Amino acid sequence: MYHIISIRDFERSELDYLLDRAQEFDTGTYRPGMLDDKLVALLFFEPSTRTRMSFATAMARLGGKSISVDSVEASSIVKGETLADTIRVISSYVDAIVLRHPKEGAARLASEFATVPVINAGDGAGQHPSQTLLDLYTIRQSMPVDGIDVGLLGDLRYGRTAHSLALALSLYGVTLHTIAPGGLEMPANIALELRERGMEVVEHENVEEAIRELDVLYVTRIQRERFPDSASYYNVASSYRITTDLLDGVKERLMILHPLPRAGEIDPAVDRTPYARYFEQARNGVPIRMALLHEVMK
Amino acid sequence: MTRKDPSGGLLVSPIKNGTVIDHITAGEALNVLRILGITGSTRECLSIATNVESKRMGKKDIVKIENRELRTEEVDRIALLAPQAKINIIRDYKVVEKKGVEIPEVIRGVVRCPNPGCITNTNEPVASTFEVLDKGLHCLYCDWLIKDDIANHII
Repeated sequence: MYHIISIRDFERSELDYLLDRAQEFDTGTYRPGMLDDKLVALLFFEPSTRTRMSFATAMARLGGKSISVDSVEASSIVKGETLADTIRVISSYVDAIVLRHPKEGAARLASEFATVPVINAGDGAGQHPSQTLLDLYTIRQSMPVDGIDVGLLGDLRYGRTAHSLALALSLYGVTLHTIAPGGLEMPANIALELRERGMEVVEHENVEEAIRELDVLYVTRIQRERFPDSASYYNVASSYRITTDLLDGVKERLMILHPLPRAGEIDPAVDRTPYARYFEQARNGVPIRMALLHEVMK
Repeated sequence: MTRKDPSGGLLVSPIKNGTVIDHITAGEALNVLRILGITGSTRECLSIATNVESKRMGKKDIVKIENRELRTEEVDRIALLAPQAKINIIRDYKVVEKKGVEIPEVIRGVVRCPNPGCITNTNEPVASTFEVLDKGLHCLYCDWLIKDDIANHII
């Protein structure tokens, strides 16, 4: 059975295969109704807009149906049911399970109790492989991923999308530039793992220092709850804000990505520049999730 | 159970049946017992010697457990704390088996994941599971890495 749990489980050839499949779905070269006899359960025990809706959209586009649990309050979890039991039961209803859960490792656990494939749609501060795939897909639409310079900006300590993406990029000979406020730097063990995978990781004090070297700038949200008070949050957040002034002299092909939602990290004026690609990135969630759903249920 | 003889050598009283764990890293004897799940409330008859002089190690600890022969998976857990430990299985006062410890590839239910957000720290019916790497213990659920002070995380 094919589960999609963590980007660590993938070889480069497997990532490339899924990206190729997504491209076929994106360009319409597929048979409509490929999953018309299939049913997927969308179990979202944490808030989500884009991920949940893009999985539902992807399933509908393939002719399949989805059922969903949208909150912990509306489920038997409030009665004390374990995730293991929930998964065992739901497995008997559907052909695949898409799970978002606040605890790290929840999807791994679910895959051990499920009798159908499990797709991880984000587990706490852990992994979010479909986001990483759509990030890679968006980069690959504009340039070959091999050997490019990618900057990760923002909360690199708790930001799961940044960790997952960095691990995936380490398979492509990418040079990684990290730019994070004090206290939100990439954890040492992740930086070590990236270097062990042969990746060059360059740390920068500020975005101005790095931006002209970059082919991709991946911005993540600086979470307010990580700061002791709002003054220190605004202080840090304002110094990591991307504005049009910062974009003078950048590479012509620079693309700015953001997993969204954003909270002021990118000035809306940047949206009108050719570098802004985050809405296109969000749109790519659908073909990527079509590829994943089809792959686990075909 | 351990006393000096008049000539200055070290005498350790033999046990009739059970396990002697020798060459434990000095100071780790109590942690070795914890990792084996042997506490004050379990029934084993124990002898513990700490900071005993050793030609090979300078100082070492020794643990003797009467009437219990440790299984291989129990023995290998000891390697996490005392990789040089030697296990002697005793029957009728004789050493019937002598073996070193091997660091296991995966350990289950021995060490608690320090990550409060890890799914293994909930009421789910799974045991904590770590793969043993050169750089530390890697949680197979949440990817947390325990780099040092493993004894502090023993369940």
